[in-house]
Amino acid sequence: MKPNEIKVCVLRIEGTNCEEETAAAFAIVGASPEKVHLKQLIHQCPKEMRRDLEDYHILAVPGGFAAGDYVRAGAILAARMKSALSKELKTFVEKEKPIIGICNGFQVLVELGMLPAFEAAISKEPQAALYTNDSARFECIPTLLKNESNGKCVFTRNLPKGKVVMFPSAHGEGKLMFSSEHERDYLNLLEKNDQVVFRFVGPDGSYAGYPWTPNGAISSIGGICNPAGNVLGLMPHPERVVNRITHPDWTRSGLDPSGEGDGRVVFQSAVDHVIKKG
Amino acid sequence: MGASVVIAEIRIELKPGIADPEGQNTKKALELLGFKGIKGVRSIRFFEVELDAPVDEAKKQCEEMCRKLLANPVIQKFKITVK
Repeated sequence: MKPNEIKVCVLRIEGTNCEEETAAAFAIVGASPEKVHLKQLIHQCPKEMRRDLEDYHILAVPGGFAAGDYVRAGAILAARMKSALSKELKTFVEKEKPIIGICNGFQVLVELGMLPAFEAAISKEPQAALYTNDSARFECIPTLLKNESNGKCVFTRNLPKGKVVMFPSAHGEGKLMFSSEHERDYLNLLEKNDQVVFRFVGPDGSYAGYPWTPNGAISSIGGICNPAGNVLGLMPHPERVVNRITHPDWTRSGLDPSGEGDGRVVFQSAVDHVIKKG
Repeated sequence: MGASVVIAEIRIELKPGIADPEGQNTKKALELLGFKGIKGVRSIRFFEVELDAPVDEAKKQCEEMCRKLLANPVIQKFKITVK
């Protein structure tokens, strides 16, 4: 399979606003992304616009403010997907096709029960929450993330374990939480299953609190995957740094501004994984 | 309104022990405005749903609404009052 044969569904509804960058990120690594409205997937549109989720190799739920983020961030899109696309999503996950949820997309996957998804591809009820940042503010800053995955997550396979990357964060509700009665167990399960993909760190690479962890997330977690490793959700935005020139320090770092940015590896890893799987 | 239209009040609040940054910041802001003696401020969401259904059925539907969309059971609890 060639990279350009890999079809990526970049899902959008009213309020998503990072679909252009997300599609561009997949295009840069050679895949064929398409921005697809939810209504196209559930066939509430003219016949020629209809699409089927099963025809895609990768699904990306981009950032933004889906459905205005009313009720809770990501909740409305999650509820709509769950009610109309559950079967297709379950099949997609079970075929171990890569799914990425970035920022608002992560909130959607958590609300949908597709992350952390300890017991099933889609849990009946959410097992986690991404709640209001401790600062009660929208935090929009460059953040440093350490790759914590031991190889389970398909989106970080090309990134050495322990490597620190800069992906910008821009969210008001990114504090990963579990219910108090499950907090310890779930954290242990995440570790045991190799589901912790990214943790926020400070400039010296060690775990650090605010502002390095911009939201107060449990154990400084910035991204998690499902037990199979094909579904990743993360708060920061790798699609905003696929080129070095969009790194805030590109004039100071001395690195070639036309070179690769830190975020590209996420999209490259997924595409490589699909090619390898055949 | 038809004869069977009821109003359901749905109150969504954080479970005990969950930090409420919005409430805390509102408290701080109120204090900065000079209000004294505020012991605490909690943020609570309130939805009013008009439903054309008998009371029992309305309550059941609202519970389903909470489970499917309005509340995240990890951090929130809900209370439904049908009038």
